[in-house]
Amino acid sequence: MILNISQRKTIKHWATGLFAWMVALTLFFPILWMIMTSFKTELQAISQPPLLFWEATLDNYALIQERSDYLKYALNSLYTSVGGTLLALIVAVPSAYAMAFFPGKYTKDILLWMLSTKMLPAVGVLIPIYMITQMGGLLDSIYPLILIFALMNLPIIMWMLYTYFKEIPKEILEAARMDGATTSDELRHVVMPLSWGGIASAGLLSLILCWNEAFWSIQLTASDAGTLAALIASYSSPEGLFWAKVSAASTMACAPIIVFGWFCQKQLVQGLTFGAVK
Amino acid sequence: MNSLSNTSTQTPRKWLNMVNLLKAPSIILLLVWMIVPLSMTLYYSFVEYNLLYPGPKLFIGLENYSYFSTDSAFFPALFNTLVLVGSVLIITVVLGLALALLVNQPFFGRGIVRVLLISPFFIMPTVNALIWKNMMMDPNYGIFSVISDFFNAVPINWLEDMPLASVIMMVSWQWTPFALLIFMTSLQSQDTEQKEAAQLDGAGFWSIFRFLTLPHLARPIAIVVMIQTIFHLSLFAEIFVTTGGGPGFASTNLAWLIYRQAFLAYDVGVASAGGVFAIILANIVAFFLIRAVGKNLTE
Repeated sequence: MILNISQRKTIKHWATGLFAWMVALTLFFPILWMIMTSFKTELQAISQPPLLFWEATLDNYALIQERSDYLKYALNSLYTSVGGTLLALIVAVPSAYAMAFFPGKYTKDILLWMLSTKMLPAVGVLIPIYMITQMGGLLDSIYPLILIFALMNLPIIMWMLYTYFKEIPKEILEAARMDGATTSDELRHVVMPLSWGGIASAGLLSLILCWNEAFWSIQLTASDAGTLAALIASYSSPEGLFWAKVSAASTMACAPIIVFGWFCQKQLVQGLTFGAVK
Repeated sequence: MNSLSNTSTQTPRKWLNMVNLLKAPSIILLLVWMIVPLSMTLYYSFVEYNLLYPGPKLFIGLENYSYFSTDSAFFPALFNTLVLVGSVLIITVVLGLALALLVNQPFFGRGIVRVLLISPFFIMPTVNALIWKNMMMDPNYGIFSVISDFFNAVPINWLEDMPLASVIMMVSWQWTPFALLIFMTSLQSQDTEQKEAAQLDGAGFWSIFRFLTLPHLARPIAIVVMIQTIFHLSLFAEIFVTTGGGPGFASTNLAWLIYRQAFLAYDVGVASAGGVFAIILANIVAFFLIRAVGKNLTE
């Protein structure tokens, strides 16, 4: 049988689609399996062969909330992520704006230096930070975490905003200045409205990175200021097979940020390009 | 005319001050964040300081350094760190590219496929590690063992037999979506007319990829490499949750070695010396990386 071009195109279309779906489902499978396991009993969770159909139970979720006060950890995660992100943005927006529109001789070097500070491994400074926090009596408090999260993400936020601001045509600003706009006018009424997309996506990436941050939260917090990432890490101890409960805790820890990420996908991508897309 | 020239001579100075005032906070904050802990780490690395033996902190020169670098785990850890970063970079860039090309084709349900594909990036590293350690890689009940049973093969005890490869797999699973996200956006901005013209001239998939798409993606690839190197050089959570650096030192990276020294052996001096080593390694990598891709980034 000889196929005409449009038929061939349809076949190619379906074959690509089928393949893409298979790949996507395979890569998504671990997450799907985690969610499925969280609705099983412990015995069903490790049954051989794995159960694909079963009567779902909510017991694990009830138990997790009861045993470890999920809500407290979730709130800690929320406070530290939002706090750290806002703090970083407050510092970064004016700075990135100044660097993009009034670059000095060393602006690019400064930006590269900023990025290179992110390469310093956190463990290299763990002990000093731990000791400073201890001296300040701030171990297991959310405030040092907020500050650390802000500093941790500041270089990347600066980069994203810088590249985003740089794409704003300078002529618009010149026009505004001609009309007698001051710096703050310019920032508030011209730059900000034009760069909401970039600010939003820098903020989104920072929120995701803060929410998932594990190193500092594991080291600097315990039961009071523990974040969800630290809570989950505490489930790693080999106290037997509690897959269903661990899955329920994990699902609850990840669900907010996954759903958030899905909704903000477009926004996130916009600034993630770091000026790579022209 | 007069007033105009007047403003133009006045504005630069006024602007300059304002501009520097705006730039300063981020620079000062990062400088403090870098210098204070760094100098403390440097100081500790030259003194004898163990939390288990309180006493005066005696200056002992380079002893901590020689102790840390002659630790039998030092070279394995250094090697593992580089293998880990290198492998993850290769896997994520290649897979990310392949997936981006795939998703760039039109097909049914593309939006949902995209959402499914990028989801692993939103998962916490600790959760990622737990999912793989328990439900995927467990030698008795994990999905991988079910699959190998199905083919009548002997299940692999992943975390025992290939701990480093297992960690690489987890991290790659999480970060391939990141590469995909960036490549995907970049592909959408590729000039389709150019591609069609090449197709008309008889160029095949590979030559279009090699001569049009790949050059177009040079910058995004540089960015993906840069950002990921930053994150993976000090990879910690995945090892903390799964292998604990073992068995032996098979999955110990520099970050984990220092952590072990500081928080399991309570030896602040030696751990600080290790921290200095890690910082030096990071600087070497950063130097080459910034030379290689940094220029690409600031253009």
